[in-house]
Amino acid sequence: MATTTTTSTVSPGPARPLDGRVPKNSLTTNRGGFWFVLPFLVVYALFTIIPVLYGLGMSFFDVSLAGRPAQFVGLDNYAELLGDSQVWRTLGHTLLFTVMSTVPLVLVALGMALLVQSGVRGQWLWRFSFFAPFLLPVATVVLIWQWLFQNDLGFINNTLAQWGLPTVGWLTDPNMALLSTVIITVWWTVGFNFLLYLSALQAIPESIYEAAAIDGAGPFRRLVSMTLPLLNRTTGLVIILQVLASLKVFDQIYILWAGGTGGPEGAAAPILQYVYDSGFVNYRLGYASAISYFFFLLIIAVSLGQLWLTNRRSANRKGQ
Amino acid sequence: MATLAPSRATSGRRPSRSSDPRGPKAPLGMRALMVTGLVVVSLLWLAPLLWALDTSLKPEAETTAVPPQWIPESGFTLDAYRSVLGSDDLITWFVNSTVVAIAVTVLTVTVSALAAYGFSRTSFRGKNFLLALTVAGIMVPPQILIVPLYKQLIVMGMVDTYWGIILPQLVAPAMVFILKKFFDGVPKELEEAARVDGAGTFRIFWQIIMPLSRSIIAAVAIFVFIGAWNNFLWPLIVTSDPNLMTLPVGLVTVQSTFGIRYAQVMASAILAGLPLIIVFMLFQRQIIKGVATTGLGGQ
Repeated sequence: MATTTTTSTVSPGPARPLDGRVPKNSLTTNRGGFWFVLPFLVVYALFTIIPVLYGLGMSFFDVSLAGRPAQFVGLDNYAELLGDSQVWRTLGHTLLFTVMSTVPLVLVALGMALLVQSGVRGQWLWRFSFFAPFLLPVATVVLIWQWLFQNDLGFINNTLAQWGLPTVGWLTDPNMALLSTVIITVWWTVGFNFLLYLSALQAIPESIYEAAAIDGAGPFRRLVSMTLPLLNRTTGLVIILQVLASLKVFDQIYILWAGGTGGPEGAAAPILQYVYDSGFVNYRLGYASAISYFFFLLIIAVSLGQLWLTNRRSANRKGQ
Repeated sequence: MATLAPSRATSGRRPSRSSDPRGPKAPLGMRALMVTGLVVVSLLWLAPLLWALDTSLKPEAETTAVPPQWIPESGFTLDAYRSVLGSDDLITWFVNSTVVAIAVTVLTVTVSALAAYGFSRTSFRGKNFLLALTVAGIMVPPQILIVPLYKQLIVMGMVDTYWGIILPQLVAPAMVFILKKFFDGVPKELEEAARVDGAGTFRIFWQIIMPLSRSIIAAVAIFVFIGAWNNFLWPLIVTSDPNLMTLPVGLVTVQSTFGIRYAQVMASAILAGLPLIIVFMLFQRQIIKGVATTGLGGQ
């Protein structure tokens, strides 16, 4: 596990010893180190490790909030969720949302970063307009888009009507629910990926481009054969961060369709919404925990898959 | 990131024609295309914000004009802001959000920096195991903990309290890891000199390491603050008392109480987003660098 996350965030470079760089009994062997780590360990144990274990335990029980004693049910909760069509439906929405949102969130971010890095005047304004939405609380984002997407009075439908185009039931048509969520999410969070790309672009040494320019490579050529390959690592990182973030979609969907209906006919309800509903609406805490762990398994699988890909790629690079 | 040479784009200087890093200047047609692209995309990205701001400045009766008008016939007004700020709710939530976000930021940075220093620069039994356990925590999405954590907080008597909102947000193993990586790179000669002078471990941490780490500490603090100010799911679950709600949670209930008074809804939405936007306008460079640094895992 330790190496998993390490490799996902560390860039290649001279290997630095992470541990044991301080020789024992040297002047820099600081004493009392445990006391430095202790406060973190206390909150970590109380608010992550214990809940992780408690939740796992709970998933084997029939627990409710209503005070009646919990009953051990073994794997019943897991057996039930495998046959629960709502689990698969919400999981489907979650996966679909992840695919639909990751593609634009990577491509639009890359396009924005390339445009801004090209050096057109007004850097402050470009960066402000692309990144500002990321700073807004989700409630603000959703309130603004509910108003824009409003069926009869909303800015978007009114503009479409003015141009003689058919209006769209952005928040009322079950077929549009996920797409509307994607539009909102791209607008809201693309600025983060944009910044990651921008800082990667700025880290590319300018001398590389000068050399290429001397060799007569045009701007398009430089983009395709130099910039994009040099961004490969960043793209890998952005994709994995984005997939993990998109899988956890909940907030905007919960607020968009007030009361947590998950969209018209529940057409956008993600799996975390089903966890929330099972736990806090239907008070079936054991079952909600089981779904959480089922979902956690998926997250771990994605993380391990990413680790495997990264390792294979760096192994290939070493082999060359 | 910390070692990144200041590039043209961040240095705020105007790009001079002769030193364009992309080699000879792109052809005029292509430059025009890029400028057009930038203008169109940033207009698309700013339009929702501008429309929200515009709506919030209209008299309520004119918000629903068809077709939409950018400039209301009877002129702009601050009525919506007056009514929103006239109710105590928004002020209460604003105070709650501020208290929670500041407490979360200060405590998270303190706890994480101490732990990172312990992991980076000291030795004690079980260190490697605890470090591995911490790094493993990066993989645990807080969302899967909501159910057991809620049950646990009932037992601890922390539901509907500030501490109930704040404490679970202090766990930031990724920030510990980022800070540890930074501390690993600080030359240890400085510490040796201080130790010869008789400084204790905590004094070395506080007087030598922390001042050297200002930039990364600021980056982590910014990242944590944005997350805490905007956190929704956990405060939603742990508070039911409107007097303890944070802005994002409270706002979601505002809409239903305001009905279809769009100017007021937009005014409250904008007020909730304004603090971070203002901070961003003032400290754009630092925030961009901070977010990129922490987002990339402390590179």
